[in-house]
Amino acid sequence: MKPTDTRNPDYFHKVVDCQWACPAHTPVPAYIRLIAQGQYGDAYLLNRESNVFPGILGRVCDRPCEPACRRTRVEEEPVAICRLKRVAADHRGEIEDKLPKKPEKTNGKRIALIGAGPASFTVANDLAPLGYECTIFEKLDAPGGLMRSNIPAFRLPEQVLSEELGYILDMGVELKLGTPVESMKALLDEGWAAIFVGTGAPKGKNLDLQGRYDTDNIHIGIDWLESVAFEHTKKIGKQVLIIGVGNTAMDCCRTSLRLGADTVKVMARKPREFFKASVWELEDAEEENIEIVVNHSPKAFVLEKGKLVGMLFETMEYELDAKGRIETQRVTGEVTIPCDDVILAIGQENAFPWIEADAGIEFDKWQIPMIDETTFQSTIPGVFFGGDAAFGPKNIIWAVEHGHQAAISIHKHCQGKMLTGRLPDELEMVATKMGMFEWRYSNSYDNSDRRQMEHVELVKRFEKLDVEVELGFSAEQIATEVERCLNCDIQTVFDAPLCEECDACIDICPVECLSIAPTAETEGELRNSLSVSEVEDGQALYVSDGLPLTGRVMIKDENVCLHCGLCAERCPTAAWDMQEGVIHIHHAEDQDTTSGRTGP
Amino acid sequence: MTSFVKPHIRRKNEPVNELGLVRADYDGAMSTLCAGCGHDSVTASMARAFFELSIKPHRAVKVSGIGCSSKTTAYFLREAHGNNTVHGRMPSVATGAVAANSALTYIGVSGDGDSLSIGLGQFVHAMRRNVNMLYVLENNGVYGLTKGQFSASADLGSLAKRGAPNEMPPIDPVSLALSVGATFVARGFSGDREQLVPLIKAGLKHKGFGLIDVISPCVSFNDHKGSTKSYAHTYKYYHKAVHADYVAPSKDIKVCYDEGEIMPVEMHDGGVIRLRKLEKGFDPRDRAAAMSALANAQKEDEILTGLLHIDETHPDMHALNKMEDRPLNEIPYAELNPGGAKLHELQKGFR
Ligand SMILES: Cc1cc2nc3c(=O)[nH]c(=O)nc-3n(C[C@H](O)[C@H](O)[C@H](O)COP(=O)(O)OP(=O)(O)OC[C@H]3O[C@@H](n4cnc5c(N)ncnc54)[C@H](O)[C@@H]3O)c2cc1C
Ligand SMILES: Cc1ncc(C[n+]2csc(CCOP(=O)(O)OP(=O)(O)O)c2C)c(N)n1
Ligand code: SF4
Ligand code: SF4
Ligand code: SF4
Ligand SMILES: [Mg+2]
Repeated sequence: MKPTDTRNPDYFHKVVDCQWACPAHTPVPAYIRLIAQGQYGDAYLLNRESNVFPGILGRVCDRPCEPACRRTRVEEEPVAICRLKRVAADHRGEIEDKLPKKPEKTNGKRIALIGAGPASFTVANDLAPLGYECTIFEKLDAPGGLMRSNIPAFRLPEQVLSEELGYILDMGVELKLGTPVESMKALLDEGWAAIFVGTGAPKGKNLDLQGRYDTDNIHIGIDWLESVAFEHTKKIGKQVLIIGVGNTAMDCCRTSLRLGADTVKVMARKPREFFKASVWELEDAEEENIEIVVNHSPKAFVLEKGKLVGMLFETMEYELDAKGRIETQRVTGEVTIPCDDVILAIGQENAFPWIEADAGIEFDKWQIPMIDETTFQSTIPGVFFGGDAAFGPKNIIWAVEHGHQAAISIHKHCQGKMLTGRLPDELEMVATKMGMFEWRYSNSYDNSDRRQMEHVELVKRFEKLDVEVELGFSAEQIATEVERCLNCDIQTVFDAPLCEECDACIDICPVECLSIAPTAETEGELRNSLSVSEVEDGQALYVSDGLPLTGRVMIKDENVCLHCGLCAERCPTAAWDMQEGVIHIHHAEDQDTTSGRTGP
Repeated sequence: MTSFVKPHIRRKNEPVNELGLVRADYDGAMSTLCAGCGHDSVTASMARAFFELSIKPHRAVKVSGIGCSSKTTAYFLREAHGNNTVHGRMPSVATGAVAANSALTYIGVSGDGDSLSIGLGQFVHAMRRNVNMLYVLENNGVYGLTKGQFSASADLGSLAKRGAPNEMPPIDPVSLALSVGATFVARGFSGDREQLVPLIKAGLKHKGFGLIDVISPCVSFNDHKGSTKSYAHTYKYYHKAVHADYVAPSKDIKVCYDEGEIMPVEMHDGGVIRLRKLEKGFDPRDRAAAMSALANAQKEDEILTGLLHIDETHPDMHALNKMEDRPLNEIPYAELNPGGAKLHELQKGFR
């Protein structure tokens, strides 16, 4: 087998499971170390470089990082990565003077950004400090996109949202509220240097069953949430049914409770293992006594004398195969469930009524625009898409990452450069050894369980619509939770010529992930001969150069390593060392520099 | 932190043995030896052997003398019995313990200093008596604990760390064992776990005295150029004569032995040691052959390793002396101490 090339930045990046899973590649362990040291402001700024909205995301991020967390390989619960992000935001102090600044002079290049959601704001965040004149057009009277109109204030307080949007507006970004863009062709004629479409996926899916249009008490979830957010809707009936069991459904049911509903039922067509909602959103809803009813398929709306009184469902039975997929389904009966209002939360779609068919932007057969997945450019050069508008509804952190990538493209486009000539990621290795038994990170394994976030008591939280439910972590909780992070970015770096094959590292490793063995033809053969752990999430086997004394190789199973540093501590020759692998992921501002950094 | 501990972590799908224990259940206290010491590696091999044999930790006894090597009994099998004796006196303590309770599994850990200098007399007599125990001699050519003086196993001409040559001939524990009739004589190397773990397993299952001389480099005082007990030297001159695997009773014992190169040795517990020849014409069941193979290897400067001699037929101390097989603590008091009248009767017989 060929020795592993650790100079490829992706190699060590992949070892940092959370960072690799984060669409914007937030350097999680690095910011958690800053929090551990009480450097909340620096932790906030480090977050902001990649995810732009640490205060917002520290509350409502979809957190793809957490299920990926290495900690789940030794115990059930991941590090509370998202909650720690909020800690950095809550305690950041005065950081305004360290934010990217409004430039002294602009470069005269005008960029139009359509829609004031996280995608457009990220593009503006990356481009305004470089001198671009950014103008955001928003059809509503307040900025933030779905973060304002749909994510309820009891999850995301208005002030948190406004502050972080404000940082970007302060960079000299112009915001035109109440200004819907109604024609792409007209916009193209206005001579913008580039156009970014960040209009989201604004159309809530409908459920066209009998009785649908005979009452005003059936609502489309995202429209209803928007109307609540802008205080057009202030109450709802006593008995409410929510159709669908995704995250929108969770926000609809909890909002209903706050508008005066007594019993709220979330109606799911399938069993629990098929729910789309995140586990934590389900838990939060159930904590508020929301009933989730499974195996009920909607059949008709039931009206009496023009008034909605209930909904008819077919009760379902499913048979699953060995892999847990539905093999067969059967209707076992029908049942009517009484209700005063029904909220449909069964998904969102893209819609671009303002883009003319002959504007030059090509759509596929599902009416999704054809967008390049690297550059985010549409079929018209200089017109870019990002966020939910690009590939359908995702989440905030994806909208942010799209924004970063589109900003790089816009910068290149405006300079007349090739969009694909983007600066690759770079890796910088930094020493962490301070002395005997002393490393620049807290390397000892802490077996504490995940800290549980305190919630406002039930009676208090329904008093007003915007009482934030989560209280944040206490000082003690912070101190414990930061220690749970395994510091996966502190990499084990091996220098084969130094090894004298004493096996000390192999013996000390608490998870037995090291071996010295004759090399093999393929990784599969090596794995078989070593009885190493099962392959998980594509983690690699590290294979060294031939060792000086016997020509065998050092093999490390990256899957289970806890980054405890005991191998390096125990090695008499420092053949193993612990080094921080800083992965530089470039944004628009870095594109004109060449740092010349190299790997280990 | 000022020192470190190895955390106990349960991995998902971690292998367990017949008792449901994981490998780490056979660990002990954190080692305080120098990082890279061969002894730590031998400790790991011993822990693995006990794990693989599914021996209940509390049914094992660890005994040792004085030295870095002798300290290591603290570093494995935390739930076993143990006695750290005075320098060179482990064999007599072990002999007493085995006499009192032959139902436990005994492992002695010693060094070349402990066994070949101050404890040479005790060491030799334990072999002659064929005490039922495994004796692991962690051989690094120096007194590690007292900072690296030559021991009695240092080779002629081997250089000390500051350059002084050793001018006295060595005592080779393997040749010594063969000459006093030891019934299980092996040599291993801390760096070769593939060979060492099976040797330890076989030695633990051997009825009688088992000696494994393990070359176990001292990284701090004897791992330099000119040393003949360094990692580099050992890896270079290392020569495997035979490979031994212990197969427990009932487990696929009937596999065909006519593979030519495989020599089976039946054990008292019903298991089998399968010897795989790596050297032509070498048969470890033949003591004289083992001695001559050893002499030849010495001439060639080779370090001959493997299970070099085994004799399952020779009676152990218990059989030889017609001793009580039941542990003394299981014998009813009245039987153990028949009283003054019986003693007088016995004494009368000697008058
Ligand atoms: C109920 C609900 C809850 C959610 N909860 C979460 C959550 O907890 N965590 C998470 O990560 N994600 C969540 N999401 C998803 C997330 O909000 C979106 O993925 C994200 O906001 C998309 O950002 P965007 O910038 O692409 O577009 P959007 O946020 O949708 O913003 C688009 C903006 O464009 C404006 N606009 C549209 N057309 C025009 C036009 N022609 N002219 C001018 N302006 C226009 C819209 O008014 C809107 O303000 C949730 C979504 C919903 C519906
Ligand atoms: C009666 C007595 N004499 C001398 C000593 C000093 N002493 C301690 S350890 C040791 C030698 C140990 O050498 P070895 O058995 O090879 O162990 P190593 O440290 O090399 O593993 C000596 C001489 C002692 N502790 N007790
Ligand atoms: S850092 Fe070293 S000792 Fe710790 S788990 Fe990883 S490989 Fe094992
Ligand atoms: S501890 Fe160091 S010298 Fe010893 S085997 Fe491991 S890497 Fe090699
Ligand atoms: S002095 Fe030598 S024998 Fe003792 S612990 Fe250190 S390396 Fe091992
Ligand atoms: Mg010694």
